[in-house]
Amino acid sequence: MNRLKNMKRTTKANFATYLGVILAFVIVTILVNNGMLKRSHMGLLVPICCYIVMAVSLNLTVGILGELSLGHAGFMSVGAFSGVIAAMSLAEAIPYAPARLVIAIIVGAVCAAIAGVIVGVPVLRLRGDYLAIVTLAFGEIIKELINCLIVGHDSEGLHIVFNYNGSKSVEDLHLLEDGIVIVKGAQGTANVTTIASFTAGFILIMITLVIVLNLVNSRSGRAIMAIRDNRIAAESVGINVTKYKLMAFVTSSALAGAAGALYGLNYSSMQATKFDFNTSILVLVYVVLGGLGNIWGSIIAATVLYVLPEALREFADYRMLVYAIVLILVMLATNSPAVKNVLIKIIPHRKGEEDNG
Amino acid sequence: MEFLSYLISGISLGSVYAIIALGYTMVYGIAKMLNFAHGDVIMVGGYISFCAISYLNLPGWLSLLLAVLVCTVLGVVIEGLAYKPLRQATSLAVLITAIGVSYFLQNSALLIWGAAPKVYPPLISGTLKLFDGQLSISYVSLLTMAACIVIMVVLTTFTSKSKMGKAMRACSEDKGAAQLMGINVNRTISLTFAIGSGLAAIAGVLLCSSYPTLMPTTGSMPGIKAFTAAVFGGIGSIPGAFLGGILLGIIEALAKAYLSTQLSNSIVFAVLIVVLLVRPAGLLGKYVPEKV
Amino acid sequence: MKKWISLLLAVCMLFTLVACGGSGDKDTADDTDTSGETADAGTYVFGGIGPLTGEAAIYGNAVKNGAQIAVDEINALGGVQIELKFQDDVADGETAVNAYNKLLDDGMQVLVGPVTTGSAIAVSAKLYEDRVFGLTPSASSPDVTSGKDNMFQLCFTDPNQGVAAADYIAENRADSTVAVIYRNDDAYSQGIRDAFVAELKANGMEAAYEGTFTKDTATDFSVQLTAAQSAGADLVFLPIYYQPASVILSQADAMGYAPTFFGVDGMDGILTLEGFDTSLAEGVTVQSPFSADATDDATVSFVEKYVALAGETPNQFAADGYDCVYALYNALNEAGCTPDMSAEDICEALVATFTGGFSVDGLTGSNMTWSANGEVSKAPNIYVITDGKYVAA
Repeated sequence: MNRLKNMKRTTKANFATYLGVILAFVIVTILVNNGMLKRSHMGLLVPICCYIVMAVSLNLTVGILGELSLGHAGFMSVGAFSGVIAAMSLAEAIPYAPARLVIAIIVGAVCAAIAGVIVGVPVLRLRGDYLAIVTLAFGEIIKELINCLIVGHDSEGLHIVFNYNGSKSVEDLHLLEDGIVIVKGAQGTANVTTIASFTAGFILIMITLVIVLNLVNSRSGRAIMAIRDNRIAAESVGINVTKYKLMAFVTSSALAGAAGALYGLNYSSMQATKFDFNTSILVLVYVVLGGLGNIWGSIIAATVLYVLPEALREFADYRMLVYAIVLILVMLATNSPAVKNVLIKIIPHRKGEEDNG
Repeated sequence: MEFLSYLISGISLGSVYAIIALGYTMVYGIAKMLNFAHGDVIMVGGYISFCAISYLNLPGWLSLLLAVLVCTVLGVVIEGLAYKPLRQATSLAVLITAIGVSYFLQNSALLIWGAAPKVYPPLISGTLKLFDGQLSISYVSLLTMAACIVIMVVLTTFTSKSKMGKAMRACSEDKGAAQLMGINVNRTISLTFAIGSGLAAIAGVLLCSSYPTLMPTTGSMPGIKAFTAAVFGGIGSIPGAFLGGILLGIIEALAKAYLSTQLSNSIVFAVLIVVLLVRPAGLLGKYVPEKV
Repeated sequence: MKKWISLLLAVCMLFTLVACGGSGDKDTADDTDTSGETADAGTYVFGGIGPLTGEAAIYGNAVKNGAQIAVDEINALGGVQIELKFQDDVADGETAVNAYNKLLDDGMQVLVGPVTTGSAIAVSAKLYEDRVFGLTPSASSPDVTSGKDNMFQLCFTDPNQGVAAADYIAENRADSTVAVIYRNDDAYSQGIRDAFVAELKANGMEAAYEGTFTKDTATDFSVQLTAAQSAGADLVFLPIYYQPASVILSQADAMGYAPTFFGVDGMDGILTLEGFDTSLAEGVTVQSPFSADATDDATVSFVEKYVALAGETPNQFAADGYDCVYALYNALNEAGCTPDMSAEDICEALVATFTGGFSVDGLTGSNMTWSANGEVSKAPNIYVITDGKYVAA
């Protein structure tokens, strides 16, 4: 007990976050094993894990680094497609599914990290809304490029065709008889063996948390936050702005890629158009509602907001309308000074905390 | 000759982008917020005008007037209910609220007008044939281009000459100082939204006349394109939005014609990225160095 | 402040969970009620999945309404009752799987859907695992059924449509120069285009120009049309849905370009588009399984009921939804199923029936039969639009 008291406040908070996630996992696993969860709830578990990782990783860019990114789904897409390609091509070489899943997630993360470097180097020179629009632009470009991708695998290895003028089709892969087509351009992936699992999702969340929380509380993390709070001051004390910005951005895109790989292997079919601007915005909503820089908040917001439209199915046609109203009301409730004052009056709290909200 | 006709379809598409971008840039310049619901106000404008023509049998110009009126009121109401309480909040909070408003408008339209697409009756039909009919320009395109130039000139004069316009510029420079000079900042921002939404209604009618189809999601993609155009020209700058819109349309049309129809959007965005790397505040935007 | 936001969100989460649980209980209560009322013959629970909101909402709503009309007709006969539970998937695979799980919780025994291809592939894998029978009204990619013995299609597959269109053109318009304009980020459009171009080549013809567009560039087609015109095309193949097609027709008209436009089943519905000037579609050739102008009793009565229900003329999606329900109903009767059977038992019985020479007459084809790989066999109809009506070519 004494040890707990002596720990630093941040360490305690991190510890609580890990504990919370583990606890949630244990409770859900017990519920699943005892058949207490309905199908409709169980089906949400893996996508929730993916979106939690997406939200936490985007929080690194938006909350910790302080740059608005509107193209996060692009990195998810890179991870999803490269992960699925890796898992499908290795189906015979590595029959053990969890091992394939791990490899797919790593491949997804690496590919997304490479994309992160390519995007990050030019993007991070810009500021504010200009940076935001360029991330949006890259997200859309990634979507269109993947739309032109035709990939197959046979005993000779991978075959890739880039259908830039719309006249290529699956035949142009020249696959041998034992070949399988993995990505079919606009038709996306089809008949993927779904090997993602809730346990894998949980482990991925834990790894993400370890990476992000350690980064935030390290020397680099403090440098990143210094850049966010005052770039010129940070530069003047000798912090390499480009290096730290890129570090945060690439870590964030690699994690998004890992989430994408898990996502891609949870559905037997997906199309590149899924990862458009709207998906990026969806994740951004999770981050902002959970609180910028607040990792635990991102986790809860992703879970609640992912479940919300599903829970609203009873409203039938009014489902998305109710969702929109809830979204506006929550933003007003959490950001309006009037509501804030009421909250402050009702709930006594430590000095200086209202500044963080 | 082919090149000319590609160029003209580019300019005509670009004029639509430009009108939307003008509304975007006005709101951004004063309220400093990315109003993602702008595209959906365009859609509402289109539907109002469509209903006025098809159900009430009003003439085209009257339907346009009605659409402008409804959208102006709608813009002020949205601003008052959803954005005004967040005046002190972070810009991201306002951005997310704007997205909520966008979902709200789209889904309301779906419930009111149904999912089936409607075909918008053309305001004016017919085409102008030049060079023995080798080159054709539809009158709608000509009208759109003319409207675009008129709106740009009127807006520029308004913001530089009129008292209200000067108040807007003051608010965009420094809200605190403007307040001290006796400018009612809240009212100025509401007025900006009114003008921006009125412009959106005009854009909606012109968009639907040139590309005659109307769905609850009609506004979202032109909205994003116009946002891109506004940034391209330097967000907050009125001539910049005009230039950005036209250039975007031309690049899109030429990319489709000569490079690849598959990747035309990517090419537009790639040009945008290159331009922003060379000129980080857009073509006509002012680059403000950070002060220590 | 962060803490309070988190707290607020946590409360929200609790609330939604409670809401879920509560509503779930209510559902089961409803179920027992209805089964009590019609205890003599029992009630089947049909699930349905399709986009009821978002960009593709028109297709999902059409199927839902069409299926509902069929269900109402069957229920009015007395005897076995059907309850149709239709869930929204926004034409997205992920949401479709969520909707599917929700339907299983609600006691679904057979599935009508999903309506769109991407969703259908994602859900059909789940259907196969869970052994639930699925019949999709309109998801036309071969990937929907391939490798899954309990998933069947009521519509033509994309390759079949492309091949049929190419053969028709080679037979009747062999001297024409062909251009294709298709949507390259859409599985349906791309699938038909691939088969069409391959078959055209096999017939010794080729496409002189191929233009594409995406969801994001579906406003302006003047560039593609100008290019097609310059390539000398006098026949433009449009394997796309009727909404962009309507824009293409009006833009071609504005620029004075008048080739023969050739559409596939997605083109059906263009004539009933609100505000559409049908004279623009004069001479357009459409390959569609359904014509709302047909004069047989079944179609006339269906169109009448549909107009009363939805206030618009039905398109082929609505007819497909209607036929799906009847196909399933007839197959269930033929297989000797009863509503108290489990989804799994019904599935095995239906698979045996559907592959065992079962045939059904519907609005979209008479004497429809199914092969073991889930494909339907029915005759494609080719119509030419004349005076705003379909006329058999």
